[in-house]
Amino acid sequence: MSRALLVLVVALLVCLSVSLFGENFIASRFAYYYDILITIGVNVILATSLNLVNGYTGQFSLGHAGFMAVGAYASASWSNHLDPYVLGWIGGANNPFATNVAFLISMLIAGSLAAIAGFAVGVPSLRLKGDYLAIATLGFGEIIRVAILNTDFVGASRGLSVAGSYTNLFWTYGSVAVCVYVVLGLVHSTYGRGFLTVRDDEVAAEAMGINTTKYKVMAFVVASFFAGIAGALYAHFKAFLTPEGFNFFRSVDVVVFVILGGMGSTIGVIIAAVMLTILPEALRALAHTQFVPPAYQGLLENRLILYSLLLITLMLTRPQGLFGDPVALRKRFTRSRGN
Amino acid sequence: MDSLLKLDRCTIRFGGLTAVANFTMEVGRRELVGLIGPNGAGKTTVFNMVTGVYAPTEGHVLLGGEPLDGLKPYAITGKGIARTFQNVRLFISLSVLDNVKAAFNLHLKHGPMHALTRGRAFLNEEHEIENRTLELLKIFNLDRHRDAMCRSLPYGDQRRLEIVRALATQPKLLLLDEPAAGMNPTEKSNLMRLIEFVQETFDISVLLVEHDMRVVMGICKRIYVLDHGIKIAEGTPEEIRRDPKVIEAYLGEGPGEKE
Repeated sequence: MSRALLVLVVALLVCLSVSLFGENFIASRFAYYYDILITIGVNVILATSLNLVNGYTGQFSLGHAGFMAVGAYASASWSNHLDPYVLGWIGGANNPFATNVAFLISMLIAGSLAAIAGFAVGVPSLRLKGDYLAIATLGFGEIIRVAILNTDFVGASRGLSVAGSYTNLFWTYGSVAVCVYVVLGLVHSTYGRGFLTVRDDEVAAEAMGINTTKYKVMAFVVASFFAGIAGALYAHFKAFLTPEGFNFFRSVDVVVFVILGGMGSTIGVIIAAVMLTILPEALRALAHTQFVPPAYQGLLENRLILYSLLLITLMLTRPQGLFGDPVALRKRFTRSRGN
Repeated sequence: MDSLLKLDRCTIRFGGLTAVANFTMEVGRRELVGLIGPNGAGKTTVFNMVTGVYAPTEGHVLLGGEPLDGLKPYAITGKGIARTFQNVRLFISLSVLDNVKAAFNLHLKHGPMHALTRGRAFLNEEHEIENRTLELLKIFNLDRHRDAMCRSLPYGDQRRLEIVRALATQPKLLLLDEPAAGMNPTEKSNLMRLIEFVQETFDISVLLVEHDMRVVMGICKRIYVLDHGIKIAEGTPEEIRRDPKVIEAYLGEGPGEKE
C-alpha cells in the first residue's frame, strides 16, 4: 500500500475510534461545541472540494450551495422514503450497523446525484470563462433553490424533516479525510497536473495535448460529488432542511473560505474554513464577557460587521490568501493573452 | 520526398479578409523547413491552421497523409505535432520539472482512478516520467534549475524549456513560432545551433516560422516565403536570397518603379 493510502486509512481509524469512544461524551456534555465541530467538518468538505474547481483548475464557480442542496435533499428524501426498506433488509432501526450502512448508501446517492448535476451544469457552462462562468453557476444555484421552493414532494417552503440523525463525528471527519485525500491525490499526479495547467494557460495546455474541457468537467464533477456528501451530512445533522439554507450567501461563504485560505492551497483552505466557522461563535462569546462594555456588545454580536472588516483587512494585506501562491492570483485577474 | 506534413491549397478567410490564399506546402520527414515573410504576411495564421486553432476555409492539412480536419488543438498534438509560442507561454505556477512532466500527460497510461488507488503500476509510471523528464532537462542543461519556478529563469532558458516541454509530447513535427523574437545576435546563434541539435537528436521534422532572415537562411534546407497571404517563393536559401519577389517584399520596390 502506498504511503498516502496508509495515511488515509489511519485517519479513518482515528475518526472511527474517536467516534466510538468519545461521541456520546462530547455530544451530551458539550452539545454546543459538538454542533460547531460538525459544522466545521461540513464546511471543510465544501471548501476543499470547491478549491479543486476555483483554486487548482482556475475556474470560478459560485454555485456550490446548489450542489450541496441537491445532495441534502436527495439524501433526506432517500432516507425518508426508502430507509424503512433498507433497514428492514439489513437488521432494523435499532441495529447501529444497519443504520450506518443505510446512511452510507444515502450519502453515496446524494453524492452521485450532485455529481450528475455537476456534469449536467458543467458541460454547457464550462465553455464560459471567468465572470461569465460565475454568473452561470450562480444562476444554477438559484434555479435549484427555487425549484425546491416549488416542489411539494420535498416540502417546498415549509421545509423538510429528515428521518434519522445519522451524522456523527466518524462520518463527518471520515468524509473530510476522503475528500482531502481525493483532491490531493488527484492534484499530485501526472494526470492531476493537468488541472494546474488549465489554470495557468489554457492555450498552452491544449498545445501540450491536454483536453482542457475534460479536466474542467472532471473538476466540476468531483467537487459536486463532495458538495453532495456535505449536503447529506448537513441534512442528517440538522434533521430539518429549508431552501433558504442553500441560498446565494451559502455559496459566497464557501468561495470566501477558498479565497481567504489561498486558491490552490488545500491546507490554507482548510484552515480558513475552520477559522471562519469558529470566528462568529468566538465573537459572540467575547461579547458577553466582562471586558466588553454593554454598549459594544451589539457590535460584537452582530458578527457580520467584524467579519467583513476582517476580510477587507486580509484582502488588502494578503490578496493571495493566507497560504496562496501570488502567481495563481495574478492569473485570476488578468485577461487571457491573445496569441 | 517522404512527406510528413502537407498543406493542400489552404485558404482561410476572416469575414471579407483573405488571410492566407491557396497555400500549398510540404514538410518532409526529418526536414528542417522555414516559413518566412514580412510582418502581417500570414505566417502565424498558417501556424494556427496547422495546430488546429483555426480551421482552413478551403483546403486540407494532412499529417502523414491523414487529414486533420476538425480536430481540436489537443488532438492534433496527440497526432504528433508539438509547438512553441511566440510569446513564451509556460505554466507559471509550476516548477521547471513540473512544466515538462505536464506534457507527459498526453501519453499517460493511468487515469484519475489510478491516481487515487496509487498502485504499483501507477507509481512506476510516475517514476518513469520523472526519470525521462530529468533526462530531457539534462540534454538541454536545464536540470540544475529543476526545482526553480519557471518564471525565475532567464529568457533564453525559458525558450529552451518551452522546446523541452514540446519535445516531451513525443512529436513527429515540431513547430517553432518566431523563436528568435527578442534575442540578441549571440542568443540567435545559440538558438540556431539548438534547433539543428534538436532536429538531429530527436530525429524529427521542424517547421520554423520566423521573420529573422539570418536565422532561417542559416539552418533551413528549404524555405517558403509568404507575403500578404500568398506564397511568393519556395526553394533553397540560395534561391530565396536571389528571388526578386522576395527582395521586393522585404526591401520594398526597386528605384524607378511606379508605386
